Amino acid sequence: MTSRVFLFGNDIDTDQLAPGQYMRGGIDELAAHCLEGVRPDFASTVKTGDVVVAGTNFGMGSSREQAAEALRRLGVAGVVARSFAGIFYRNAINLGLPVMIASDLSAVTDGDPAVLDVEEGRLRLMEKGIDIALEPLPDNLKRMLADGGLVPHLKKRFAAERKENDT
Amino acid sequence: MAKTLAEKIIARAAGRDRVTPGEVVTAKVDLAMIHDSGGPRRVEPILKELGAGLFDASKVVLISDHFVPGDTDEGARILELTRAWAKERKVAFHDGQGICHVVLPEGGHLSPGMFVVGGDSHSPTGGAFGAYMFGVGATEMAGVLATGEIWIRVPGTIMLEWQNRLSRGVTAKDMMLALCGRLGMDGGKYQAVQYAGEAITALSMQERMTLSNMAAELGAQAGLIAPDETTVAWLEGVGAAVGDWQDLTTDPDAALLEHHVFDAAALEPQVAAPHSPANSAPVTEAGGTAIDVAYVGACTGAKYEDLKNAASILRGHKLAPGVELMVAPSSRRDQDRAEADGIMAVFEEAGARILPNACGICAGYGTHRLGEDVTCISSTARNFKGRMGAASSKVWLASPFTVAASAVAGRIADPRDFLDGGRA
Repeated sequence: MTSRVFLFGNDIDTDQLAPGQYMRGGIDELAAHCLEGVRPDFASTVKTGDVVVAGTNFGMGSSREQAAEALRRLGVAGVVARSFAGIFYRNAINLGLPVMIASDLSAVTDGDPAVLDVEEGRLRLMEKGIDIALEPLPDNLKRMLADGGLVPHLKKRFAAERKENDT
Repeated sequence: MAKTLAEKIIARAAGRDRVTPGEVVTAKVDLAMIHDSGGPRRVEPILKELGAGLFDASKVVLISDHFVPGDTDEGARILELTRAWAKERKVAFHDGQGICHVVLPEGGHLSPGMFVVGGDSHSPTGGAFGAYMFGVGATEMAGVLATGEIWIRVPGTIMLEWQNRLSRGVTAKDMMLALCGRLGMDGGKYQAVQYAGEAITALSMQERMTLSNMAAELGAQAGLIAPDETTVAWLEGVGAAVGDWQDLTTDPDAALLEHHVFDAAALEPQVAAPHSPANSAPVTEAGGTAIDVAYVGACTGAKYEDLKNAASILRGHKLAPGVELMVAPSSRRDQDRAEADGIMAVFEEAGARILPNACGICAGYGTHRLGEDVTCISSTARNFKGRMGAASSKVWLASPFTVAASAVAGRIADPRDFLDGGRA
């Protein structure tokens, strides 16, 4: 099955991504309501590998990392936006959700068949035959993302430290 | 070489002579603040997975506020878990004392020059005390609790200089709504914002806290104010360690990312229309909308001085028919002070409903939420769609003065018409 683009506008906030009234429940319940305020069918139609594309300041608002976790739980391959809110950006990398910046996303239409290639730093629009170049991630974040997020990254570091202490 | 305040604090925390904006450094944290939502229930499973303890329990402060008063089964369970964790991990714990950003400095935990992380997006509030404080999510916090350190991209400084003084009935909240409108919700670019100028020097600590708090709404990482005599006097009053603070300033010739100058004297009371703090305009242009609910609450808008300002309008007035006023003082300490000064009595006489010292409707995690199609004017920081209740509810943001004036008028109103008991 082809993965597709779900296109959003500017200033998508964390109350849209992880609505407060579901914050006391688990991530599955939260994910079922992810973005329902702007797109009621998002959680029920998004599939593994799909890409969220948005304008500026994606993820503004709260520090609740469930905003990024919900997208990951729904199988979203990553978010490509013109810019991200700072805390959301850090949370996403920490949870292993790729977040990539592109200066021009005007070629993207909602529903475009697309593949996000984090390694190569591009969003490939299959039917349009367009490759959108994405800003490369800083080295420290590239390593963290490659490890799968902060927790596996720290596990690796602690294991290496223990090994060093043993020798 | 000239340095900004942000560079001075980060360089010290990173063990470096100097740091340059844009470079990524690893810094040691002086303090980590967590609350009941992003705290124990989220970080403990990660600490277990890592097989790690706390880097230093004496540098961790836990505050319950998001699920207080535990009015849902899940909320009550989360509070129980939070209390048990505080005992087990032997950290400083403020339970049911109020909202973390207000309780943390009240507890004497903050000092100028500290490098602090908080598990909440309004953590820039600590910048009012000359601390570099910023918000992180729970996984990142778990990493901090395990290692005592965090990476940071050294920010540039956006200087927001406010010349002259605010006029009566105009507050820090109005400054921030105006800034959100002028610079946008990403105008802070996840860099360090610093507030300076005659208007800032003249502000009390609690008003300064409102400025730093809403640096979050500008999308800044931190919202700094260089410490001065006002800071030191306040901190001494709560028994905080003050230390050397005179050099904690941005040097006059330090390189700034941006420098904006505003005239505080020309600022009018502001309101922000639904659903963004950036939808702000002077109340003289954007007032008039009929309201159902007036809310004085949150870390942004229900500290002692916020309560005092709201009460100064309400005194001797009645609420407009059909308007409900709800007041959730930011902290127990501020509510006690307001009680002693007769301020709480003004709210009670006006028929206000007094809610617990907690995040309340602003976080929207509990049973108190706005109903369908309700129009609310609120002293909080955020009016995103659906945040405080039903998706059809509409929240306007304003200062506590303006919220109170609107509660009396039944529509969004200019508080300056109600000062000194004017106009019934």
